[in-house]
Amino acid sequence: MIDRIYKGLVRHIDGFLMGCLLLTLLLGLFVLYSASGESSARMFAQLTNISVALLVMWLAANIPPQHLERIALPLYLLGVLLLLGVALFGEITNGARRWLDLGVARIQPSELMKIAVPMMLAWYFAKREESLRLTDYAIAAIFLAIPAAFILKQPDLGTTLLILGSGIFVIYLAGFSWKLIIAMAVGAAALAPLLWTMLHDYQRRRIIILFDPHQDPLGAGYHTIQANIAIGSGGLAGKGWLNGTQSQLDFIPERTTDFILAVFGEEFGLLGNLLLLLLFTLIIGRGLVIAAQAQSTFCRLLAGSISLTFFTYAFVNIGMVSGILPVVGVPLPLISYGGTSLVTLMLGFGILMSIQTHKKLVAT
Amino acid sequence: MNVRSELKNYRQESYYFRIRLAVAAAFVLFCFGILAARLFYLQMAKHEHYHTLAENNRISLVPIVPNRGLIFDKNGVVLAHNFFVYTLEITPARVKDVEETINQLSELVEIGTLDRKRFKKILSESQEFESVPLRTHLNEAEAARFAVNRYRFPGVEIKSRLFRHYPQGALGSHLVGYIGRINDKDLINLKESGELSNYKGSDHIGKSGLEEYYESILHGKTGFKQVETDSGGHAVRVLSSTPPVPGDNLILSVDSKLQKIGEDAFGDRRGAMVAIQPKTGEVLAYVSMPTFDSNLFVGGIDTENWKALNESLDKPLINRPLRGIYPPGSTFKPFIALAGLEAGRRAPPFSINDPGFFTLPGNTHRYRDWKPQGHGVVDMRKAITISCDTFFYGLAHEMGIHAMTDFVRHFGFGQRSGIDISGELEGLLPTPEWKKRRWNQPWYPGETVIFGIGQGYMLATPMQLAQATAIFANNGVAMKPHLVTGIQEASSGAIRTVEQVVTDRIELKPENVEIVRKGMEDVTLPGGTAVAVGAGAPYTVAAKTGTAQVVGIKQGEKYDASKLDERHRDHALFIAYAPADDPQIALAIIVENGGSGGSVAGPIARKVMDYYLLGKEPAESPPINPIALPEAAIAPATTEEHAHD
Repeated sequence: MIDRIYKGLVRHIDGFLMGCLLLTLLLGLFVLYSASGESSARMFAQLTNISVALLVMWLAANIPPQHLERIALPLYLLGVLLLLGVALFGEITNGARRWLDLGVARIQPSELMKIAVPMMLAWYFAKREESLRLTDYAIAAIFLAIPAAFILKQPDLGTTLLILGSGIFVIYLAGFSWKLIIAMAVGAAALAPLLWTMLHDYQRRRIIILFDPHQDPLGAGYHTIQANIAIGSGGLAGKGWLNGTQSQLDFIPERTTDFILAVFGEEFGLLGNLLLLLLFTLIIGRGLVIAAQAQSTFCRLLAGSISLTFFTYAFVNIGMVSGILPVVGVPLPLISYGGTSLVTLMLGFGILMSIQTHKKLVAT
Repeated sequence: MNVRSELKNYRQESYYFRIRLAVAAAFVLFCFGILAARLFYLQMAKHEHYHTLAENNRISLVPIVPNRGLIFDKNGVVLAHNFFVYTLEITPARVKDVEETINQLSELVEIGTLDRKRFKKILSESQEFESVPLRTHLNEAEAARFAVNRYRFPGVEIKSRLFRHYPQGALGSHLVGYIGRINDKDLINLKESGELSNYKGSDHIGKSGLEEYYESILHGKTGFKQVETDSGGHAVRVLSSTPPVPGDNLILSVDSKLQKIGEDAFGDRRGAMVAIQPKTGEVLAYVSMPTFDSNLFVGGIDTENWKALNESLDKPLINRPLRGIYPPGSTFKPFIALAGLEAGRRAPPFSINDPGFFTLPGNTHRYRDWKPQGHGVVDMRKAITISCDTFFYGLAHEMGIHAMTDFVRHFGFGQRSGIDISGELEGLLPTPEWKKRRWNQPWYPGETVIFGIGQGYMLATPMQLAQATAIFANNGVAMKPHLVTGIQEASSGAIRTVEQVVTDRIELKPENVEIVRKGMEDVTLPGGTAVAVGAGAPYTVAAKTGTAQVVGIKQGEKYDASKLDERHRDHALFIAYAPADDPQIALAIIVENGGSGGSVAGPIARKVMDYYLLGKEPAESPPINPIALPEAAIAPATTEEHAHD
């Protein structure tokens, strides 16, 4: 009896992916406990977030991908409508307009778009599969540009980049011509100096500081410099859990959220960092395998995009904390404190599992 | 399509898709490889370095405030400079009872009621952990007395701070401006311009005049050093430092001697004067009366002084040359005259027979001339010289409002001159469209008529009048007016010359310019309205007087200055340039409630031109203040540092 219930529960769960995810989440709880100054309140809050996220993942895993394909367009339209609502009536917190108060609850439509945008594009390419032309890629680009523009205006650079990434991955995987990819890359490289000359001095200065924080050690560069000191001082094996001096002495700003890797790196050293990178690689790898085995265009594209977007998360966050990328607000996936982005991430993994576990039913 | 080919299609498609996935996977591995390499670099290769930084721990970045650039007049006279003074400062967060501490301190150091009031004002605008000055300019004895008793006062420190000082005091205060403590609004502006981090450690910022306009040049670039601090937050060792780049110095076109002669000539009257070199656009003097002492603002102005300045009926804080707007009155006539001539109207030998008033066709309303019995036969040249209203009423009516506004707009009316001081007003060049928009009322023909003598809605700033005169003096070539002629790099002493910019070239017929100029020259000759200005001068002066009504006068009533309250008297206006055949100086003067332009504003112009053209100083003019520091001990010239956590 119990056995049957268990089997029913895990029928649509991908074991390998689940294992990697749980391991990473557990690691995250340990770091958070240290980063929050051993606050059990923070731990329980994050445990609640994780529970909700796991529930959402389970639900998503149990929805057959055909259903997802059907709701792709309405979901996208709803998302754009909500974004319009945010632009018009949104609440301003911390200088950005991201939240929409619906009376019953406050929601952040840009999070919804992280899933809705790749779904929409995957749906569109699946629909146009038989007669795919260059104009279809242009139309897809417009579907992508609309929400991206709204979110950039909020302003939320981090989320904009993630959504742009998720859409571009779909376009790439749908077979966008290599020649054009190369041509666009070359074109962008050629245009950059031209754009540079058109900028004002202060705009240039901001960009320079973005890429070289040491130019502005008291301002924008402060975060990166402090994070580098923390990570660098961790060495090979780290200073040990709860023993990071930089972390505990309040030198690292935003150390439970965007800059949590600095705490992790200081306390667990290079070995810890490599373990984390390995876990991330396994998660992404599993996602790509699921994409490769998927049987419909929609599933393939969606699975590929979700996996690669997760990669973008990880790469941008680790890159910015370790000082090789400019600081944009992107959390460390599965580790940083916070419920919203965690739920969206796990929803994505739920979809991956659904694609993987509903496969055989479609095949017959 | 059969099943086989569909399957084949599917296989092929899936194959291409997998290649794309493989490329993506390779990209992922490549990127993670970069991250791993970066982490290896930080945690292995540079571990020692970061380990030291972390171990020595409390490494704090201390900003080093750059020296603010100095301001010099054209002859090198210092208008703004810096010096170090001892200040007694309290950090509220580290003091138990601020009031009690101040009482105890007052036994050692003199602390006046003004000091207390200023302290309270700054305290209310500061953060808890910021150090707030209580007394500035401590002398040696006071500093020593406090040093001995320092142990009794945790949270109270003597600091040596760089202070801005304006050695000329109230001279040209609207032009030089002043700096003041950075307030919330400044912080928001700095944040928006991305300059905030450059102001870590700075607590002053330019608030008005050149100090404000050239803030980014004067401030310099903040340096910083990484210092290791002990648990008490005191610097133990400097690890690395980047020196600050001092702000650049400003060199002005203003001659402070000329400025002083101009200001003194106003006496205790209110008003403004702007003098421009018409060929270059360099501003030679910039007078706004009354002035105030810029030094009052530097340490944070106390309430009493602020009230006195702000509530004075004379409004000393108004920057009159740019923000005072007045009807130009008869000083507008030369420009209307030129507009008429250029439009082919009123060229010699045209003349009118002036009965002393003008009426519109089909209307009995009399637009009166200032001379009730009229001027008799008047041609264009004479109309300017004697300021014949009737002549210009007719011309204005005939030309129509648009022909006039379109023409005089080129002389800068109704637009900002672009001088290098902020806050300039546009004045007003009224048109029927403007009136419709602003008041939703139709334009009446009478409004065109009085526009011809610079009355009605027409408003101009003294800066605009001076600039218009300069443009005319320069035969229609408009130079952008500017106060700063050179920017000097503090370290090398190299001077970057500010470019002279031509903003407009108005096509004018020389014979028309000649007629107006002759009319203006006659103004300062016997028979003109400003004879005293030209009397005995070895150079010719082209000028025009004017008065602007403050109180409307009813039809049939007479203006009698003696019966009016002083503040209801007309404003006296005067524009002039000299020498008329080779203009070196063009100026505009407004004396508020001064009555007549020729007799009140004229003599001011004469003194200024005499000095500028002949080097002749008025007998009563006292010498310019050499750099005189206020009474205080000058602290040793070490660079000021502020701890930063």
